[in-house]
Amino acid sequence: MSIAIPQVDYRLLYRKLRLIRRAEEEIARIYPSDKIKSPVHLSIGQEAVSVGVCDPLRPDDVVSGTYRSHASYMAKGGNLRALFAELYGKDTGCARGKGGSMHLVDMNHYILGTSAVVGTTIPIAIGYAVALKREGNGRVVVAFFGDGATEEGVFYESLNFAALHRLPVLFVCENNFLAIHTPIEKRWATRQLCERVRTYGIPAHQVTDSDVLKIRQLAAEAIAGMRTGQSGPAFIECYTYRWREHVGTREDYDDGYRSRDELLRWQANDQVALIGGRLDPGERSSIEAAVEREIAQAIEFAENSPFPDPKELSTNVFAG
Amino acid sequence: MYSPDKNGSDSQRLLRYVDALREGVANEMERDPRVFVFGLDVDDHKAIQGSTRGLQQQFGRDRVFNTPLSEDAMTGIAIGAAIAGLRPIHVHIRMDFLMLCMNQLVNMASKAHYMYGGTVRVPMVVRSMIGKSWGQGAQHSQGLHALFMHIPGLKVVAPSNAHDAKGCMIAAIRDDNPVIFVEHRLLYPTEAFVPEEPFTVEPGHARVCTQGRDITVVGVSNMLVECLRAHELLAEVGIQAEVIDPIWLAPLDIDTILQSVRKTGRLLVVDNAWTNCGASAEIISRVAEQTWQQPVQMARMGFAPTTCPPSPVLEQEFYPNPAKIAARVHQIVQPEVSWEPDKERAALAYQLQFRGPF
Ligand SMILES: Cc1ncc(C[n+]2csc(CCOP(=O)(O)OP(=O)(O)O)c2C)c(N)n1
Repeated sequence: MSIAIPQVDYRLLYRKLRLIRRAEEEIARIYPSDKIKSPVHLSIGQEAVSVGVCDPLRPDDVVSGTYRSHASYMAKGGNLRALFAELYGKDTGCARGKGGSMHLVDMNHYILGTSAVVGTTIPIAIGYAVALKREGNGRVVVAFFGDGATEEGVFYESLNFAALHRLPVLFVCENNFLAIHTPIEKRWATRQLCERVRTYGIPAHQVTDSDVLKIRQLAAEAIAGMRTGQSGPAFIECYTYRWREHVGTREDYDDGYRSRDELLRWQANDQVALIGGRLDPGERSSIEAAVEREIAQAIEFAENSPFPDPKELSTNVFAG
Repeated sequence: MYSPDKNGSDSQRLLRYVDALREGVANEMERDPRVFVFGLDVDDHKAIQGSTRGLQQQFGRDRVFNTPLSEDAMTGIAIGAAIAGLRPIHVHIRMDFLMLCMNQLVNMASKAHYMYGGTVRVPMVVRSMIGKSWGQGAQHSQGLHALFMHIPGLKVVAPSNAHDAKGCMIAAIRDDNPVIFVEHRLLYPTEAFVPEEPFTVEPGHARVCTQGRDITVVGVSNMLVECLRAHELLAEVGIQAEVIDPIWLAPLDIDTILQSVRKTGRLLVVDNAWTNCGASAEIISRVAEQTWQQPVQMARMGFAPTTCPPSPVLEQEFYPNPAKIAARVHQIVQPEVSWEPDKERAALAYQLQFRGPF
């Protein structure tokens, strides 16, 4: 079976990578002003995973993420103004100021609500896939999660069920080797995550250099098989690196749990810069200018938006 | 700053809540080699906001260690170790994560001693912290102590100050039952006088913090602090509130509360949680059951009956605070006069907002 994977559009890829990088940097710039009163978990350094995986998705495909989901939200085309407004706690936020950074959602773009409790969204993504399989329109679900989430029992329970029912789910583990500050060596008995996953009959791939094109290719192939019902769930483990602290906006290389050398190695392989470098300079700078405009408008929108009416405290407790 | 009794010990010094927790654990680990500490991030440089700082250096990696993100299994492992004679302290940086431990805590830990006919014991402590402010939001702010109060076989404690943090910790470790230890993020920097030597604040004993004739005010965990601030605001207008800290929620010292209510004829319970089926419901029911011969005015306050919002304007509405508590008390005691504390005074009394990110 040969699967036609659409050509790479480097401009689109770069636009997304750059948007995420710059939006996160802007959040970090604004943060000391205390206008964003929300525990932010930045994705700077990890952009390639979301962008590579989301690039082959259709608008009506579904993504599910974690409290570190600014990247997948933007990569899937979530509303940027609503993202910033949510961080500001404003009524115009994607969760109307009721979620915050850890609970982004944009159902118009099929971005399922994210959770601050590690692992909780994985089975929910699979539940959505149950409905999509029944619907039969070739839509798929991508479940993003960190290496830490694979330690929870719910991860294995979810894999088993997804495989058993051949559900259209792409599992994407963003392995940044850290759960807060604890390295993987202190948490995993062995590093063979892909092997563990394969025992469920789920094809599993590993990308160790964060190459956005490789990630895109693997995701596209897996998804193409799911759309036609030819294959069931698939799994990709992407090595990646979180450049900033776990929560908050600082660089924390002086805290003693990791070294700046490690950062420098990953920075030498920065996918944002590498993909940018493939464009001709004029094209690149016009994309960058457009990204700056979009972010500036989103920030202005957030700043000028009203806070929720205090009455909003008690709305949405129940639906209907 | 409020400090429980300064008598009885020469070696009192001001200590922060977070350091008192740490000291209580360290004292017991020195005394009893069976005690060990484990949980996510107990050994990193942030050390659970400092509350486990230095323990691994002092007691070694066998007795203080990190775990994978596997709360359900880790809780079972604590139970097994406890049955085998060890005394585990399982640490969680947020109380919300205890929901992953629920099966083991409710179906095994609480019941093992009974359903195995008294042949086994489960001496374990489950430490957990309630978050507040800076957009902690839906899943990092919950006060879920009432879920555990509901279960026979579990003890629940929620110390409101550094003195009790240490005394309750030592009592919890020495207890032969599972104890859910409820901490509050905003209490961590607060100071009180704490004896240097080990001591216990025993289960089932509440404390009368201030004497008053007009109303009994019971505050749970961090809300006790807010009640004491409300007490100051009320004192300025001549209302004397008798503020009581239950300290242990299970077993609950209802007698101390009853005694006070019989004197004041009025009761306000302020919980750091929702009121529905909560600690406030339990306290008021027990008082009602025993005061039917006497008219008692009763009321309660707690989280608004909604999910905790991160947006600051909504969050402000979500929590009780000293001004709201004082106004409520005034309404109960002097319903004919409408009164609200002066805004500036009330703001001064409010516990400093926590600056994030976590
Ligand atoms: C069930 C649960 N346990 C513990 C925590 C505290 N916690 C928050 S993030 C985190 C680390 C998760 O690491 P990983 O899944 O690798 O994701 P990353 O933060 O690296 O993106 C932990 C332990 C939590 N939020 N939920």
